[in-house]
Amino acid sequence: MLKIENLHVRIEDKPILKGISLHIKPGEVHAIMGPNGSGKSTLSHVLAGRDGYEVTEGTVIYKDKNLLEMPPEERAREGVFLAFQYPVEIPGVSNVYLLKAALNAIRKHKGLSELDAFDFLQMIKAKTKLVEMDEKFLYRAVNEGFSGGEKKRNEILQMAVLEPSLCILDETDSGLDIDALKIVSDGVNSLRSADRSFILVTHYQRLLDYIKPDQVHVLAQGRIVKSGDASLALELEERGYGWIDQTVGVAA
Amino acid sequence: MSATNYIKRYQTLASSLSGQNLPWLNTLRQLALGSFSASGFPSPREEEWKYTNVTALEKKLFAPSSVSASATVDKEWLETHKLADTWSLVLVDGHFDLLLSDLAGLPDEVIATGISSALENQPDRVKALFGTSLGTESHGFLAFNTAYFSDGAFIGIPAGIVLEKPIQILHVSTRNEALSNTRSLIGLSKNAEAKLIETFVGLLGISYLTSAVTEIHLSENADLDHYKLQVETDKAYHFGGVYVKQEKSSRFNQHNLSFGGLLARNEIHTELAMAAECEMNGLFLAKNRQHVDNHTLIHHIEPHGISRETYRGILADRARGVFQGRIVVHPQAQKTSAEMNNRNLLLSEDAEIDAKPQLEILADDVKCSHGVAVGQLDPESIFYLVSRGVDRETAKNMLTFAFANEMVEKIGLESLRGRVQEHLLNLFPQTGIRRDWL
Ligand SMILES: Nc1ncnc2c1ncn2[C@@H]1O[C@H](COP(=O)(O)OP(=O)(O)OP(=O)(O)O)[C@@H](O)[C@H]1O
Ligand SMILES: [Mg+2]
Repeated sequence: MLKIENLHVRIEDKPILKGISLHIKPGEVHAIMGPNGSGKSTLSHVLAGRDGYEVTEGTVIYKDKNLLEMPPEERAREGVFLAFQYPVEIPGVSNVYLLKAALNAIRKHKGLSELDAFDFLQMIKAKTKLVEMDEKFLYRAVNEGFSGGEKKRNEILQMAVLEPSLCILDETDSGLDIDALKIVSDGVNSLRSADRSFILVTHYQRLLDYIKPDQVHVLAQGRIVKSGDASLALELEERGYGWIDQTVGVAA
Repeated sequence: MSATNYIKRYQTLASSLSGQNLPWLNTLRQLALGSFSASGFPSPREEEWKYTNVTALEKKLFAPSSVSASATVDKEWLETHKLADTWSLVLVDGHFDLLLSDLAGLPDEVIATGISSALENQPDRVKALFGTSLGTESHGFLAFNTAYFSDGAFIGIPAGIVLEKPIQILHVSTRNEALSNTRSLIGLSKNAEAKLIETFVGLLGISYLTSAVTEIHLSENADLDHYKLQVETDKAYHFGGVYVKQEKSSRFNQHNLSFGGLLARNEIHTELAMAAECEMNGLFLAKNRQHVDNHTLIHHIEPHGISRETYRGILADRARGVFQGRIVVHPQAQKTSAEMNNRNLLLSEDAEIDAKPQLEILADDVKCSHGVAVGQLDPESIFYLVSRGVDRETAKNMLTFAFANEMVEKIGLESLRGRVQEHLLNLFPQTGIRRDWL
C-alpha cells in the first residue's frame, strides 16, 4: 500500500523530517505517536500533498506509484485521505455540496458515472447515521461553527463517504468526549477492510484500545525512534517519551 | 468639470420635460440647471468622489430620448428580466411604458404610475414627496437628474396597506449612446408594507448612461424591502442613487446587487428617526476593466435606531471597486446600535479596492462597530477542498461563489435569489459549480 523510504522534509530552511521509513501493507493499521512538534502532522501533510514542504531526500511509493509527483487532488482520487488535525471552516459551502463534488470527482477518476440524486442521498444518510451525526449538519457550511468534536466527526463522515484506501487520521481523537471517541472508533472499525490501511496519529493510548493497531511507531525530532506492536503504546502511556529519547541518545 | 456639451444639447429638451406647467418644479429644475452648469458632473477632487472619475462622461454625449421606444422592445427579452409573480412598472430609455408594465390586480388605493403622468394628474402628491428624502444632498449627478429627468416611477402606498406581491421597477435601456434619466418617488404611509425591486438592464452590446434617482419616504412603522439589481451592459455608465427618509419605527431592508456596467456608482443613503431600523446588504462584482463604486450613508438622527450594514465585493482582472460607508450618529441619537462590515475578495494581482468605512459618533451612549477586510482566497481552504479530490480550479470557484452566495442567501425573495445566482454563475468562472447541487 505505502512505502516511505528515508524521507527528509524541510519547511523553508528548517529540516523537520529527517529520514522516515515506513511500510504499510493493505489492511494494516499503524499508529504514530510522539511528542508535540516531532513532525507527525508534517508527515501527514506531505502525504496528502500540501504546499510549503520541500522533500530533500527519499521516496514515497503508494500503490506502486510515486506519490510525491501527484497533485493533491489526484492523491485523493487515488484513495489517500487525510482527516485534518484542525479541519478548516468553509463558510458558504455546504457539507453536502462538498461531499457531492468530492465523491463525483473521485468516481469520475475511476471511470464511474455520477451517483443520481436519490442514491446519493440514501448513501449519505446512511453514513451520517454511522457517525451518529444529525442530518441537519449536511446542510450547514463545512465545519462552520462546528464544535471541536463535531469537526472531527465530520472528517470521519467524509472518509466514510469517499471510501479511501489509505486513511490518515491526524489526532482525530483529540478533543473528543468519551462517547464521541467510541463513535469515531466504531466508524473507523467499520471501515477496516483487507484493502484499506490506516495511519492513526495520536497522543493517547485510549484510542488504540478501540482501534487495535498492527504496529506502533514513535516519532521524535523527525525520526522514527522506535517501532513495536500495540504493547508499545501501553508502555509509552506508563513511562512517557523520556526513556526512548535516551535510548536514541545512546545509540547515536 | 465642464458640462457645456450636455447643456447645449439638452436646451432643446426643455420644452418636452415633464411637469412644464408646474412653477415649483420649474424653479427646482432651474436651480438644478444653474448648479449643474456651474460645476458639471462630480469631480475626483470632491471628497465623496475621490475614487471614481467620471470625466469620460464629458467626452461622450449621451442623447436623451423624448419618447418611449416601447414598440421596438423585444417582449421576450423583456420577460426574461421580469420576476415571476410581481407587479411591474417598465421604464424604457427613461420613459414609463404602461403597455409593457403589468399592474393588473393592484389594490385601487395604491398608486403606481409614471411620474410624468402623476405630475399631470396628481401634482400635489408628487410635490409633497419630491425632494423630501434628498434633504441637503447635492452633487453634479443629482443636479443633472433634477434638471433633466424625463420620467420615473411614482408609487404611493396608503396607510395600513400590505402589498401581497412585490413591485418591480424595470429600468430598460434600448438605444446606443442614449441617456435614461429618471426620478422615482416611493412613499409608504403609516404601517404600510411593500417589497420593491429595481432592475437595471440594457440591450446586449449597447453603450448608454443611466442616471436614476429614487427617493423613498417611509412613514411611521412602514416597512420596505428594497432590492436593486444592477446588471447593465459592460459598456454602460450607471449612476443610481437611493435616498431614504425613515420616520419613527420604520424598517428599510436594502440589497444592493451591482454586477454590470463599465462604470457604476451606487449611492444608498438613509436617515433614521426614533427606533427606525435599516439593513443594508451589498454585493458587488467586477471584472475586466469594470469600476464599481458603492457609497452608503446612514444618519442616525434620533435615539434607539438600529442599522446593520454588510457589503462584500469580488474584484477580478483589472477591475476596481470602492466601498465608502459612512455612519453618522447625531448627538440626540442615544442608544443607537450600528454595525458595519465590509469584506472584499481580490481575485487578481491587478484588481483593486478602496474601502473606506467612516463612523462619526457624536452621541455617548451607543453601540457601534465596523470592520473591513481585503484578501485573497485562503490557501488553507483551497487545500482542504483539493485534498478531498476536487480540482484546484473548481475549489477556487467554489470558494469565490460561496463568498458571494452568503450575501445572496440573505435575499428573502426567492425568485430574485435564483436570478441573482444565475448572474453570479454567468459572471464568474463556474467550472465545477453545479447549480442543481446548490
Ligand atoms: N509553516 C511552518 N513554518 C515553520 N515551522 C513549521 C511550520 N509548520 C510546522 N513547523 C514546525 O515543524 C515541526 C513539526 O510540526 P508538526 O506540526 O509536524 O508537529 P506534530 O508532531 O504534529 O505536533 P503536535 O503533536 O503538536 O500536533 C514543529 O517544530 C513546527 O513548529
Ligand atoms: Mg500535529
